[in-house]
Amino acid sequence: MNYLQEGFVWLNDPLNWTNPDGLLDRLGEHLVITFWAVLLGCAVGWPLGVWLGHRGRGGAVITAANLTLAIPTLALLTILPLTPLGFGKPPVIVALAVFAVPPLLANAYTGLRQIDPETREAAKGMGLSGRQLLWRVELPLSVPYLAAGLRTAAVQVVATAALAALVNGGGLGEIISAGFGIGMSNGGGGQIVAGGIVVALLALLVEALLAIVQRLVTPRGLRPARRRRAAAVVSAG
Amino acid sequence: MSFLSRAAVPAWPLAAPADDGPGNPWFSWRYVHDNFGDILSALQFHAGLTARAVLIAMIVAVPLAVLAYWIRPLTGPILALSGILYTIPSLALLALLAPLVGTTTDTSVLIALVLYALLVVVRNSLAGLSQVPGEVRDAALGMGYGRFGRLWRIELPLAVPGIITGLRLATVSTVALVTVGGLIGQGGLGDMILGGFRNNYYKAEIMTASLLCVALALVLDLLLAGLGRLLTPWTRERRS
Repeated sequence: MNYLQEGFVWLNDPLNWTNPDGLLDRLGEHLVITFWAVLLGCAVGWPLGVWLGHRGRGGAVITAANLTLAIPTLALLTILPLTPLGFGKPPVIVALAVFAVPPLLANAYTGLRQIDPETREAAKGMGLSGRQLLWRVELPLSVPYLAAGLRTAAVQVVATAALAALVNGGGLGEIISAGFGIGMSNGGGGQIVAGGIVVALLALLVEALLAIVQRLVTPRGLRPARRRRAAAVVSAG
Repeated sequence: MSFLSRAAVPAWPLAAPADDGPGNPWFSWRYVHDNFGDILSALQFHAGLTARAVLIAMIVAVPLAVLAYWIRPLTGPILALSGILYTIPSLALLALLAPLVGTTTDTSVLIALVLYALLVVVRNSLAGLSQVPGEVRDAALGMGYGRFGRLWRIELPLAVPGIITGLRLATVSTVALVTVGGLIGQGGLGDMILGGFRNNYYKAEIMTASLLCVALALVLDLLLAGLGRLLTPWTRERRS
């Protein structure tokens, strides 16, 4: 039995794409969940990280945020629907957002802290107020880091959104989960492999797209330095 | 919210009333007591799978890092390849591996875990090796150390902090990732989490397994941190 071949056969059947709850529906769900989770993560992680970085303290907050690494995604995905959030998309979005916050927060913080103190002194010497310093100097200089954090967070959310299926939360994972429901020998194997291929390709695609975005928003002068440093931030998170 | 106070129960005295409140509490000592054997075996499976995955990842990753360190042009490809592997979602990887390897054993979960741990360990080991000061390397060369002697006696010991950092990160994320194996019933505590969810949302089972997951991750992390301290006595002396 060649499951890989079965997987491609499954992907070649247009009905598997256009059926209700077929691939296209699930892809839409997946992207909607991802979008809101990343947006929510940004809404929390960026302001907090920028503020801590601007103030120059908050290393403890970063450490605490990184501790969420130890919480299994599956645990939050199963616990949140049983809270007043209820079943469906909201608990899934919140759970994924929780895991999107640490990379966004840590990169925003590092982005502001890595700015040369002399640049900051010069800006202050020119008479910039704290707010002007933040908006005209610090934020533009930390854009590469904000972009690196966004990329890490978005790729991670796209990948883990597949787990929502284990708690009936929708998304592309449902294809895989349903395949296991059918059973490996009853044609489910092909569907499982097909689902795996689509989820993997989506994650790689998002990674590639955001890598391009990251490059585009990075001012030319910052490019070579950014590469080395941003990589270091990701490995530390 | 009353369940929040119950969720934070680890410090709860064992003498809590046998009746843990009405309905479906978030934590129940009675549940823990009645299912102690099952919980323990799930924890053992979880810890065993994590240990095997991290050990194999270390055995593969450290030589890869040394290879990348010796042969600079290989650094890019090795990091890129493990980066791509890391991008592939765990559920997708498991979906691709499980039909191939079979769903009756934990082999597919183990392979997936090793692949994820690889990137973290390779990257941090390489960082550890790369920060060995050039003067130290020159001095070793001048003392007549060969390539392997230098690696074994000088460079690897100096890279231990980097390697340990990689192992700690890999261990913490592996403990969390094992739960995904619940998809095929090979997830240790993840099986309990999913089982509790499917069994009429049995909150006590879900919460017990989740707390044990976090506790296991923290304990293993502390153990590795301690090991790192033992292996690098010179960093402590310098500090004091």
